[in-house]
Amino acid sequence: MEKIEASITSAGGHTGRRMAKDKLFKYVMTFGGLSVIIAISTIFFYLAGVVMPLFMPAHMDDLKPLPVPAVNGQKSVHLAMEEQVEIGARVADQGDVTFFSLADGRPLLQERVGLPESVPASTFAAGDPRKRTMAYGLADGRLMLFKDDYKVSFTQDPKDPKKDIRAIAPGLVYPLGKDALVLDDAGQPLKKLAIQHDGDGTTAVALTEDGRLLLAYYTSENDFTGESTTTTRAALHELRKLDGGVDQLLLEVKQRDLYVLHGGRFISHFNVQDKDNPVLKQTVAVVPEGERVTAAALLSGGFSIIVGSDKGRLSQWFQVRDANNHNTFTRIREFKPMAGAITSVAPEHARKGFVSADEKGAVNLYYATSERLLLERATGAAPVRLAAFAPRANAVVLETAKGDIRVAHIENEYPEISFGSLWGKVWYESYEKPDYLWQSAAASSDFEPKFSLSPLTFGTLKAAFYAMLLAVPLAVMGAIFAAYFMSPKMRGVVKPSIEIMEALPTVILGFLAGLWLAPFVDGNLAGTLMALFFLPFSFLIAAYLWHLLPRQFTDRIGPGWEAALLLPVIVLVVWLAVALGHPVEAALFGGDMPRWMSNELGWTYEQRNSLVVGIAMGFAVIPTIFSIAEDAVFSVPKHLTSGSLALGATPWQTLFNVVLLTASPGIFSAIMVGMGRAVGETMIVLMATGNTAVMNLSIFTGFRTLSANIGVEMPEAALGSTHYLLLFFSALVLFVFTFFINTLAELVRQRLREKYSSI
Amino acid sequence: MRNWFKGGEPWIWMTGGAVALSLLAVYGVVWMTAAQGLGHWWPKPLVETTITAPDGSSQRVVGELRDSEEISLHRLRESGYTIDSKDKYTSRYLFKQGNRDVYGIDFKWIPAPLLSEFKYPKDVISIERHEWGSFFGYLKSVKENRKVVAEGAAAWAEVQKRLLRSNELFDEILSIEKHDIGKVNYQLERLRLKQRKLELKGDLTEAVQAEIDEERAIYDAQFAKLKSRLDALRAENQRDSLTAEVQDGKVIEIPFAKIADVIQPNDMSVIQKVGYYLTKFYEFIVDDPREANTEGGIFPAIFGTVMMVLLMAAMVTPLGIMAAVYMREYAKQGPLIRVLRISVNNLAGVPSIVYGVFGLGFFVYFLGGNIDALFFPEAHPAPVFGSPGILWSSLTLALLTLPVVIVATEEGLSRVPRSIREGSLALGATKAETLWRTVLPIASPAMMTGLILAVARAAGEVAPLMLVGVVKLAPSLPLDLNFPFLHLERKFMHLGFHIYDVGFQSPNVEAARPLVYATSLLLVIIIIVLNMFAIRLRNRLRETMRGLEGV
Repeated sequence: MEKIEASITSAGGHTGRRMAKDKLFKYVMTFGGLSVIIAISTIFFYLAGVVMPLFMPAHMDDLKPLPVPAVNGQKSVHLAMEEQVEIGARVADQGDVTFFSLADGRPLLQERVGLPESVPASTFAAGDPRKRTMAYGLADGRLMLFKDDYKVSFTQDPKDPKKDIRAIAPGLVYPLGKDALVLDDAGQPLKKLAIQHDGDGTTAVALTEDGRLLLAYYTSENDFTGESTTTTRAALHELRKLDGGVDQLLLEVKQRDLYVLHGGRFISHFNVQDKDNPVLKQTVAVVPEGERVTAAALLSGGFSIIVGSDKGRLSQWFQVRDANNHNTFTRIREFKPMAGAITSVAPEHARKGFVSADEKGAVNLYYATSERLLLERATGAAPVRLAAFAPRANAVVLETAKGDIRVAHIENEYPEISFGSLWGKVWYESYEKPDYLWQSAAASSDFEPKFSLSPLTFGTLKAAFYAMLLAVPLAVMGAIFAAYFMSPKMRGVVKPSIEIMEALPTVILGFLAGLWLAPFVDGNLAGTLMALFFLPFSFLIAAYLWHLLPRQFTDRIGPGWEAALLLPVIVLVVWLAVALGHPVEAALFGGDMPRWMSNELGWTYEQRNSLVVGIAMGFAVIPTIFSIAEDAVFSVPKHLTSGSLALGATPWQTLFNVVLLTASPGIFSAIMVGMGRAVGETMIVLMATGNTAVMNLSIFTGFRTLSANIGVEMPEAALGSTHYLLLFFSALVLFVFTFFINTLAELVRQRLREKYSSI
Repeated sequence: MRNWFKGGEPWIWMTGGAVALSLLAVYGVVWMTAAQGLGHWWPKPLVETTITAPDGSSQRVVGELRDSEEISLHRLRESGYTIDSKDKYTSRYLFKQGNRDVYGIDFKWIPAPLLSEFKYPKDVISIERHEWGSFFGYLKSVKENRKVVAEGAAAWAEVQKRLLRSNELFDEILSIEKHDIGKVNYQLERLRLKQRKLELKGDLTEAVQAEIDEERAIYDAQFAKLKSRLDALRAENQRDSLTAEVQDGKVIEIPFAKIADVIQPNDMSVIQKVGYYLTKFYEFIVDDPREANTEGGIFPAIFGTVMMVLLMAAMVTPLGIMAAVYMREYAKQGPLIRVLRISVNNLAGVPSIVYGVFGLGFFVYFLGGNIDALFFPEAHPAPVFGSPGILWSSLTLALLTLPVVIVATEEGLSRVPRSIREGSLALGATKAETLWRTVLPIASPAMMTGLILAVARAAGEVAPLMLVGVVKLAPSLPLDLNFPFLHLERKFMHLGFHIYDVGFQSPNVEAARPLVYATSLLLVIIIIVLNMFAIRLRNRLRETMRGLEGV
């Protein structure tokens, strides 16, 4: 007694400290618990946050006017910017190049292209903007090639030794030497010019004053020191006369195709791959009668031409190859038209975007692949004559008809993405027709990325469908048996086995499916299909045979052991089916069923196909569905079943009319959860399919799922690129989909539980 | 019959069949991995036979018989064999002919009709080499410094004697390469980073520089010493070699330095075979992988898996329990907490790859990138924490398995009878004391269950790890003797990823297959044992609780 009292006082004595401890414990738990919950919800918000910029509209600053002085009354013919968007260049028609600061328009350097004395320039041409080549066509039939060039150097900051100061020195370089190259031997002034230059050679196409269309090809050789270059004209060819006056010459960057705009609305396509033998391939009217082409430009990569008309119409054209390997210059898509006649079209340097301007002074930013109009901006009344992108497409510089220069920064990281380009068919460059394609990267830099999520989503659903086709009947029926008919002793074996089944790592299932099951099915296709087909019938036959056996024998085993009795039946049937498979294939399919299918039926057969995935992923999904469905069936209140049985219903009738009816929401929710698992499963599909993003429903072909795609491409995706963000987007889609499906299933289950407790 | 049908008996059998099929599938998978995996180390007999070439001549084939199957003659003819037969099917054998350095490929399917009778000559030897895979052939002679010291029957005894010596040398070389040189390199790298750090801060005075140089000189000297010792050992190990005749009669010389083991599989007794089996099994567990992971052991993968899972358990246990205690004991039970509970439940159903994506973006690039910028500017541009590693992997998996622990703990807490709490409170204990002294201890088996299930899930999970830290070959373990011992930023190897990588990315899948089965078996065993343990624990807990409810 004394002891107890003592302990009470001692306890009471520490009340203050104990209370504080109690409070502290509470706070720690609350803090810990809440932070875990916050951490978990971060997943969703983080994924959504990363993905968000994909769907943000492009942004362009106000067009800032720059007071760049004009040069002795010369007209500008070309604008350019260097990579860091610090320096701009304005090229005038008689050889003057002004480099100016893009911050304030202050001229930094005035340089003159070394044109031959007393020979005026008669025309100007710019090559691919990424290569920066430009050329003047001269009045004596020669041409002068040059480039704007920016040398970047770093010097240490005198104030802060940790930092370097970047200095960019603009200038002009002459890749083919400072001498003009002869194009027209007759010495006629060049009226129109197109040029492309790279390390291998230089192609120039020119229209002379007397109306001849000349193609010249120059090869150059460096001497040993690499200082001086000798250039020789390797080919000169006069091209066929075309109807109407030549308006514009467009030479593609790889120097293989020449497009001549003539007669106001026609484009003639020459194949100039063989410089000694250019061929006119086709002449196409690119705008309807009564309209006139007012601007045209090649998109980066040189596949597509954007054509703008005097009615403001903008369309994209490229060559489409048909089944006979015959190219046709085809209109691919139209963009939202502008209000006035198009005055200028300028392409981005590395992507398929372009900016176009009309005579009313409006400037629009478009993206070809996604067919999007990204931005509309009015500059004022004066029409825009010239436009150019910065190399990283983060700024645009314009010159209006009045001669003033404006520059604006652009934020436009993800123009490729639109609802149409993610989910619809897109006609990509050099493809025969619009298609759903996922192809995120390629070796070449002028590659048009193909970001259609359709084939991946389709693959995901296809995988889930075939897995569910196998798993749902097996798992639901198994759950019914386990919960309702099975003897308790057997239940004690089955339940842990199913838990083991659920715990088996999917990487092992995928490995077995890919390296054992796939070759096995390939070699024993008929046997596998027969086994799948005959198994259910064998159960019925076994049941009937058992029924025919004398009662005193069958009663000794008693009900609830049917599953165990069927084990040897399954083994026997599978063995028989596989053993009979080869004779059947020999008799009906010429000894090789996959080959027979592809030869006789034209079905594609891949070794790692949906059948294999269906079996492997079905295996992975069965335990999920089984456990939940079994729980639902098992917890149907006993008085319902007893009542039904007492009224004379057989166990099966009771099950079918009473138990299943009551438990059906639970079974439904089990299937939903299973579906969620099948949709997100990665390793099995990664290992057991060929991972090709094709869209067909055939059970004998593979597919590529969203999850496998993430697994394969995520480690290689560049941080912050469209590709990276799209993979995040796929993850978000998976997250939201499974979360939604599981929540739905959980709500259904909770309602069911409430219902059970009320009856 | 009609009554039998109407009574529903057949449908009961159908449902029973579904259970039977699922059971067979589970045990089929386990049996399959076990059968294929366990056979990996058993010395297989070497077959000698002849194959008829297209021109009618016959060539000798020596190799292990690995597999056989029935195949359509169509396919064989398509792949270029001329077989004279009216049947549609025949069988073919998979031979491991080894000697990859001689023939280019070491596995070959050969149609049975082309083969003659199988013989098992006693004197054929199988050499396990450090590179180029196995060698099969007939021993000719043993050489020392290019001079023959034993030939014919005497050679075998000599081989075994000299193999012991060369293996000892090899072990010493390996130990120097792996440990001693690794240590020196680690110190040199540490010095480089130290110097760079001081340089960035502007604190690199001449005195400090001299100190660093001095220290570096010591390590350089150590390195040079180790290097010369290595060269000496290597030269010494080049002394002996053996020559052997391969299947087409060519005689090949193999230095002992390249030999790991030699056996005469056709001349081994069962006891010898068991001994060999156990040694190889041991080597599989404790050795590093060789030959692009297709041979050797899987120790780094086991170590990496265990390490990662332990780190994860250390993080997930307190967090999961705290969240569960909060949700069950402290939070106001209302619609909000119900929504939370459902959400936590559902997170268990979110695909694991999504966690991987989150881990890569948030942990690796965002957190890791910022940690690097703040604390490791000297390592720039090489990332320290800003690239996938074991810390981020275990964190990602901790997030992934949190729902498992939370749900299990909550279940345990909810099963603690009211009477026990009320008793404790009535005796004057505070809520914290009640929880700490009575409720949590009673619920602890439930927490254990949750933790074990979490560990089992983490051990088998591969998809997220591919993004946040697993590699096919890690140069060093995340735990070693170099300060600070635990290197959380390092990449690691993982059993599950090993299976995927070796089975699907390796150039020689046939050669890797048995090893993948063995690895799978190990993983399956770990996971089954963990799960069985969890199931037992849970059942025991439920029974105890049932007992307590009567109190």
